[in-house]
Amino acid sequence: MLPDQILFALEVTLNGLMAGVMYALVALGFVLIFKASGIFNYAQGVLALFAALTLVGFQNGQIPFAHLINATFGTNLHTFGWTLPGIVAIALTAGVMVGLAWLIERLVLKHLVNQAPIILFMATIGLAYFLEGLGDVMWGADIKTLDVGLPQGISETVESATAALLGYGFFIDNLDIVATIVAVILVASLTIFSQYSKQGRALRAVADDHQAALSVGISLRFIWVLVWSIAGFVALVAGIMWGTKSGVQFSLSLIALKALPVLMLGGFTSIPGAIVGGLIIGVGEKLFEFTIGPMIGGATENWFAYVLALLFLVFRPQGLFGEKIIERV
Amino acid sequence: MFYREAGDFKTTYPEDAQTFPIQFDRVRYYAVLAIAFGVIPFFINDYWANAVFVPFLIYAIAAIGLNILTGYCGQVSLGTGGFMAVGAYACYKLMTSFPEVSILIHVLLAGGITACVGVLFGLPSLRIKGFYLAVATLAAQFFLVWLFNKVPWFYNYSASGQINSPERTVLGHFVTGPNTSAAAKYLFCLVILFALAWVARNLTRGTIGRRWMAIRDMDIAAEIIGVNPLTAKLSAFAVSSFFIGVAGALFFAVYLGAAEVGEVFGINKSFLVLFMVIIGGLGSIFGSFAGAAFLVLLPVFLKNVLVEGMGWPTDLAAHIELMIVGGLIVVFLILEPHGLAQLWRLTKEKLRLWPFPH
Repeated sequence: MLPDQILFALEVTLNGLMAGVMYALVALGFVLIFKASGIFNYAQGVLALFAALTLVGFQNGQIPFAHLINATFGTNLHTFGWTLPGIVAIALTAGVMVGLAWLIERLVLKHLVNQAPIILFMATIGLAYFLEGLGDVMWGADIKTLDVGLPQGISETVESATAALLGYGFFIDNLDIVATIVAVILVASLTIFSQYSKQGRALRAVADDHQAALSVGISLRFIWVLVWSIAGFVALVAGIMWGTKSGVQFSLSLIALKALPVLMLGGFTSIPGAIVGGLIIGVGEKLFEFTIGPMIGGATENWFAYVLALLFLVFRPQGLFGEKIIERV
Repeated sequence: MFYREAGDFKTTYPEDAQTFPIQFDRVRYYAVLAIAFGVIPFFINDYWANAVFVPFLIYAIAAIGLNILTGYCGQVSLGTGGFMAVGAYACYKLMTSFPEVSILIHVLLAGGITACVGVLFGLPSLRIKGFYLAVATLAAQFFLVWLFNKVPWFYNYSASGQINSPERTVLGHFVTGPNTSAAAKYLFCLVILFALAWVARNLTRGTIGRRWMAIRDMDIAAEIIGVNPLTAKLSAFAVSSFFIGVAGALFFAVYLGAAEVGEVFGINKSFLVLFMVIIGGLGSIFGSFAGAAFLVLLPVFLKNVLVEGMGWPTDLAAHIELMIVGGLIVVFLILEPHGLAQLWRLTKEKLRLWPFPH
């Protein structure tokens, strides 16, 4: 039998791995857009929030813009008075995200072709603010609970199995296990899509070289709508997971910030990098909080990921799996 | 008709190299100064000082600081809020430890301390660039806020974890604390802003400013023609952090009077100042003023229109405001990526030919 201290550390590590999967889910959306269009999409976290808000709104039959309509016309509208089953609401939300992707391409990206990357980055910050305001105006800013029928709470199977095996029951959230499975499926299907489908090949061609892709007849604008739709769908998945875990609220959009160090570790252009980076950050911050945290006042999870990524970048500026940065004058 | 170089003969080199070579600009500059120093202090009341003028002056300092780093030297920073917090807490510690020293010196020292911290967090900029650096500066933002939250020494072990600015005077007038008059607050900030803007304007058109711009435009090429990236980047971080630190110190001591680090100097403050710089115009001192004025006035204006004009609840108005600010940033980037400063430049070009454009 292993001593308790090590078992406890092992449990913390496992929980860190699970948290890392959640970070990786958000980071995936970033990588997809960055690979295809060279845009660093700050709005990814807000997309997740927006998707989760829309999902809850559809499920509960909320009337969009109810607050605004009530304030303007003095009415007292709140809900349509129906509740939709989870799967229908998810399908509807996915449709909304595709529409949103199309609108973003139409209204924003089209006009910003050939601008400096930093201008595009700032445009996505503006987009993030806009979507955050829009989500609140459409669905209200109060904290909502999201329940699409995912299992929650402590997994008793894992607890009793480990208790029998090691004499120490591990506490692992059911939701984290589901998230891990979903993440694996998502990554596998994205990989298959980009390797074997026609659109996936076009997507990789655009990522490789915009001009060359255009010259062989790939529509850049279609690819952008496609990739933003996929990113919107990934955001929806991330939104469902995080929303179920901690409620649908503003802080959901802050997980985007947590995904940034994940990307820096893994490299901006690598899907496996996003996963590995997420796992490293997840385990790193949980273990750091567990070992060093109590000595320096706790709540180190707020900054540990950034400092780790910062120190890491000094030694390997392109991240773990990123393409080597070659600069020419 | 009035705005042209023709007939305005320069006979010495200093005249030829002055900041405002056109007479109309010079007159306008002195007129603005005369109104800012000579007229407004006599008419200012508490509402105007607290809602418009003092925040504008302080944000203008911060925006100039960030503009030096991002607009002139090309290093994107998302750590402005954290650096403002360094300025605020440094000022607080100095004010409570050395009560007999003038607050003016404390504010400048706070800027100096922030400059040192800024250089420290600027070190990675020598290795990493672009987005990677932007994210790296987030490390400064989150780490510094956490530090000021968790180490009681910084807030003198006060039970609430807040810092409160003690009463201090300059030339016999209160500038901090509850007994401060609106005019005193305003003038104190205005004097500091004027001095710093003057320094910034002259730094950016001198040798060091040209070095920064060379690094911004293409760092490898700049290195090849003899610009040392180490000194250029770190000096930009130092000067920028000095400005931001002074802004943070004033924001806490003069404007708010009491501050809680997570609320006041959070990530949103970083974005707000960044937006000021983008909307105003990257690489322009005038743009920093214009951007700060725009984003200080916009919420006041929207509040008046939406809450008082249309009778909407404040939370709804706040969300609409988010949408408008976000939308405006996107629109600005699409229509005019160089911001309000570029519009001003275009106006001046038009003025030069007016009223006979051919």
